Amino acid sequence: MKRSSINQRNLPIFVTLGLFVLMFALGSIAFPGFFAVQNFFNLFIDNAYLLIIGVGMTFVIISGGIDLSVGSVLALTTMVTSSLLEKSHMSPVLVIPLVLLMGIALGFFQGYLIQTFDLPPFIITLAGLYLARGLCYVVSVDTIPISNQFFNNVAHFQLNLPFLGQNFLSSNAVVAIIFVIVALFMAHNTKFGRTVYAIGGSEQSAILMGLPVRKTKIAIYAFSGFCSALAGIVFTLYTLSGYALNGSGMELDAIASVVIGGTLLTGGVGSILGTLLGVLVYGIIQVLIVFQGTLNSWWTRIVIGFLVFLFCLLQRFFDSRRGQRKKYFLAAKSATKT
Amino acid sequence: MSDRVPILEMKRISKFFPGVKALSDVDFRLFKGEVHSVMGQNGAGKSTLVKVLTGVYKQDSGEMLLEGKPIRPDSPLAAQKLGINAVYQEVNLCPNLSVAENIFIGKQPMKNGMIDWPKLNRNAGELLARLNIYIDVSQILASYSIAVQQMVAIARVLDSSSQILILDEPTSSLDENEVAQLFKVIKKLRDDGLAILFITHFLDQTYQIADRITILKNGVFVGEYRTSELPKLDLIAKMLGKELSEFSFAAGSDKSKKTSSATSREVDSILKVRALGLPGSIAPFDLTLDKGEIVGLAGLLGSGRTEMARLIFGIDSADQGEILIKGKKTNINSPRNAIMAGMGFCSEDRKSEGIFPDLTVRENIVLALQGRKGIFQNISKKKQGEIADEMVKSLGIKTPNANILTKQLSGGNQQKVLLARWLATNPILLILDEPTRGIDVGAKFEIMELILNLSKQGMGVIFISSEFEEVVRCSTRVAVLKDKAKIAELVGNEVNENKIMQTIAGGE
Amino acid sequence: MLSWKSLTNNKLIWPIVSLAILLVFNLFFTPHFFAIQIMDGHLFGNVIDIIKNAAPKAILAIGLTLVIATHGIDISVGSVVAISAGVVAMLIGGDLQGIPKHPIFISMVVAVLVCTLAGTWNGFLVSRIGMQPIIATLILFVAGRGIAMVTTNAMQVWLYAKPFALLGQGYFLGLPFSIYIVASLFILTYIVTRGTALGLFIEAVGLNPTASRFAGINAKNILLSVYAFSGFCAGLSGLIVCSTVMNADGNNAGLLFELDAILAVVLGGTSLNGGKFSLGGSIIGALIIQTLTTTIYAFGVPPEISQVVKAFVVYIICLLQSDQFRRKVAGAFGREVSV
Repeated sequence: MKRSSINQRNLPIFVTLGLFVLMFALGSIAFPGFFAVQNFFNLFIDNAYLLIIGVGMTFVIISGGIDLSVGSVLALTTMVTSSLLEKSHMSPVLVIPLVLLMGIALGFFQGYLIQTFDLPPFIITLAGLYLARGLCYVVSVDTIPISNQFFNNVAHFQLNLPFLGQNFLSSNAVVAIIFVIVALFMAHNTKFGRTVYAIGGSEQSAILMGLPVRKTKIAIYAFSGFCSALAGIVFTLYTLSGYALNGSGMELDAIASVVIGGTLLTGGVGSILGTLLGVLVYGIIQVLIVFQGTLNSWWTRIVIGFLVFLFCLLQRFFDSRRGQRKKYFLAAKSATKT
Repeated sequence: MSDRVPILEMKRISKFFPGVKALSDVDFRLFKGEVHSVMGQNGAGKSTLVKVLTGVYKQDSGEMLLEGKPIRPDSPLAAQKLGINAVYQEVNLCPNLSVAENIFIGKQPMKNGMIDWPKLNRNAGELLARLNIYIDVSQILASYSIAVQQMVAIARVLDSSSQILILDEPTSSLDENEVAQLFKVIKKLRDDGLAILFITHFLDQTYQIADRITILKNGVFVGEYRTSELPKLDLIAKMLGKELSEFSFAAGSDKSKKTSSATSREVDSILKVRALGLPGSIAPFDLTLDKGEIVGLAGLLGSGRTEMARLIFGIDSADQGEILIKGKKTNINSPRNAIMAGMGFCSEDRKSEGIFPDLTVRENIVLALQGRKGIFQNISKKKQGEIADEMVKSLGIKTPNANILTKQLSGGNQQKVLLARWLATNPILLILDEPTRGIDVGAKFEIMELILNLSKQGMGVIFISSEFEEVVRCSTRVAVLKDKAKIAELVGNEVNENKIMQTIAGGE
Repeated sequence: MLSWKSLTNNKLIWPIVSLAILLVFNLFFTPHFFAIQIMDGHLFGNVIDIIKNAAPKAILAIGLTLVIATHGIDISVGSVVAISAGVVAMLIGGDLQGIPKHPIFISMVVAVLVCTLAGTWNGFLVSRIGMQPIIATLILFVAGRGIAMVTTNAMQVWLYAKPFALLGQGYFLGLPFSIYIVASLFILTYIVTRGTALGLFIEAVGLNPTASRFAGINAKNILLSVYAFSGFCAGLSGLIVCSTVMNADGNNAGLLFELDAILAVVLGGTSLNGGKFSLGGSIIGALIIQTLTTTIYAFGVPPEISQVVKAFVVYIICLLQSDQFRRKVAGAFGREVSV
């Protein structure tokens, strides 16, 4: 599927890559100290959680759906994790699988409703957003700092990469990178991954071709829930606390990263690699604004919103070009009534 | 050639739906190494037959035998396992995946738990080569023409276990060259021993490709014939359920009266269409309509009648030709333009393109009139009621009052509501696409009387119906369509069913 | 004329009944729920609070009703509320003497205008570019809060011009002023949609865009207008929100309003699939949600639980509106189901 030549399918990824390189270059020119390898690695460290939920979101959007609950489930995970560790004094060995299971269960619940009763994904996952956030407050209204030794050790772990100076990756970044590689493999080389693309291309065709559409659709949302939970664990490592207002607006950051990475919101087209690049673009915009110093950090939201608009516009343009072909079908269809 | 024993036999298959007998004791058989075409008009039961065969429906009575053994597939997958595969007009593949992937998805070759992409691409190439198609299988499907996509769809269903291939309207979106290519492939598959069920409404194509023809009408089996032994005229007659001898010439005598009054060329021409056409829809055609004239469009299913109406009314935008309304060149590229120019259009699919079942009778009736006036020139509720009541009365719509939801009315009365909507706008030209379909006999006559009265008052009418006798009864002139083109125009004494059928069979 | 059938056929019956059930529940289980006192010539009490707090969301619901009736959706309303609050706060501001920076009325008009523009932007994307409503309004959903925060420089902006407090905190004839705003908007919208052909066209476009096109209705302009109106309503709502607390917090203003508004519309009887709409129903829907929240609060349960409850209400309503679900339930009861 991936060819070295630039063709219509690869073009979006190159656009995003170009965008990232451009921004990195601009930053390096404008700000002293910007051009540093550690800055590049920091993108992974600071946005590890976004990479993980971005992966889940990519699969969901490629299949033609959407998941607005990811930020809240992430927050819920941080709350439950810290609560179980600190208040119930459970061991991390138990806690981690437990919260991952919780994420899968929530995702499965939403996927089941969406698939079985043909309910609109954005409403169900929007309700899921409210549900998860409400449950956050049920666990605790205040922040819960984590003093658990294991977590602290893992959080402070640094993978040293001595080339080009003293650079390192923290544990959450390592987890994220490994997960992204696994996801790349899943999307390209497993039947599950290819079925996701098929469903996004034409769900009706996928059903007629005998693919396990029903099971896959539910599994996609369960997987997204898993990603949210994993991202929550990673986020807990990053902040060493549980806080109910975490993840506010994160779903939008994830969707934005996915769209900027070249995935079509209408489904069927997209890639994990694109999302990775999209997250890097998101990350670097934030860094640029911080380096700039005078701009309100909320400008990130505006710039991201604008980029999303731009990419949606481009998608719409390409869609209408492809739509010309569809006219043939429609004209012919109306003539045939059996 | 064909074997004596059919590979597939469907015996006395019946399938009922609430209120309708889709199939009644239908027999059908397929032979290996043969192309068998099933032909019929609206409601014949062709698609139901295919759905029973492919396991989408289960028959209510009758049996299916595959190689002598009874089968009863309960899903398309089950049918596929039996070796029965279908390729539909819509090419049910995923346009975003590569050609190779479309062929093998769900059954990809695996290596070490991963998809073996090189092998996948190689196998796909080989499969297509068998059909004499040589393309880059790693490109996505959407980058190829519909014709190629169809070949890919066919390639997907062909493997060693495939015994029966069903092609449902495969040529509707293809041009001449692509049809020829497809037919080459079909002939090769046939010669290799495949049994092919070919569904099409294109007469000429049937005679090109099919070895055998089965005719259905209204869910009933009319007959199975070898193509070489069935003249075109006979085929048409049997599809319509007519015997060649029983044609009504009665309308002909009336026609001469009508044409004589209309021959004075002083009357205003309402509509003049010159070389209007759209590729994939209908070949360029001319049409004129004078005041008080009823022009009928006659043709078989799929001949292009609705396409013609849609171009005139602006639903589709023609890419060549011009339309003159009352002698003035008018740009009609949306229904709104057409309505402003004084046209009205009753769609043949009144449920999804015509009435709003969830709006009241009154709202449905005043909608187009209100649309023409715009948002601010509101028709008061009182006036709306008056208009609606008047229409209900003059059209004889059976409804307790104009404020009940339209979905509660019977089919015939819903059709009248749709008609009332357009009459309320007082159009100069009314296009009626199958206005009598699915309506009881009494209502049918009422509507036809109505149409004749309207024309007497000066309204121009374009009347489309699959029932040739209706077209003949109502029209002063008849345009004959065949295979997405207008092939002739009949006037005066020529306006009779016999002549229409002969024209279609003759195929100018 | 008041037969049982005409009563149950009236679309408003179910929202009214639901609200009544909630009120009756409170009558029995919540002490002093209906108690109303009069202080300083104003009415006070739980019921008054409900109406006051429901006002901003009821206004959103009115705008959203028309959008949903066209088979669309607008998830940007919460962010646009924040923009409105931000703009008006920055324009009015005022020093500690209570003197506003710019005239109060002009500032309010500008804020609402900006939001109407935002709505027009949404409408443009949907009607001219042809984007799906969820995607089109997603953009403002993302960027809107950023714009609000940039407008207020990411600070909470306090207002000191007392007249402005009238909107959200003032009273007129004993009742909270915001009620009059809701009532006026409702009456105006009702007259425009039912007194002209607009309401009919909106319903037609939502029910069947193809048939509407064939009937000569220009869907594009209608779509543009309903989204612009939704923006207008969000602007109005933002003014009240800001006025209630006399400050603008770009982070929290209008937070999570969109689901409440959508829920209100759906509870009020308008289907998410578009078509027939009920403005009165949406207002009752907003009251139902607020009553629900207040009931939960009155029981000493943390207010965030109301979010969990709302989520489940959404699930139940969606299921009830789903064909598949109704079929499954009917099948479970052994009833004949038509295919």
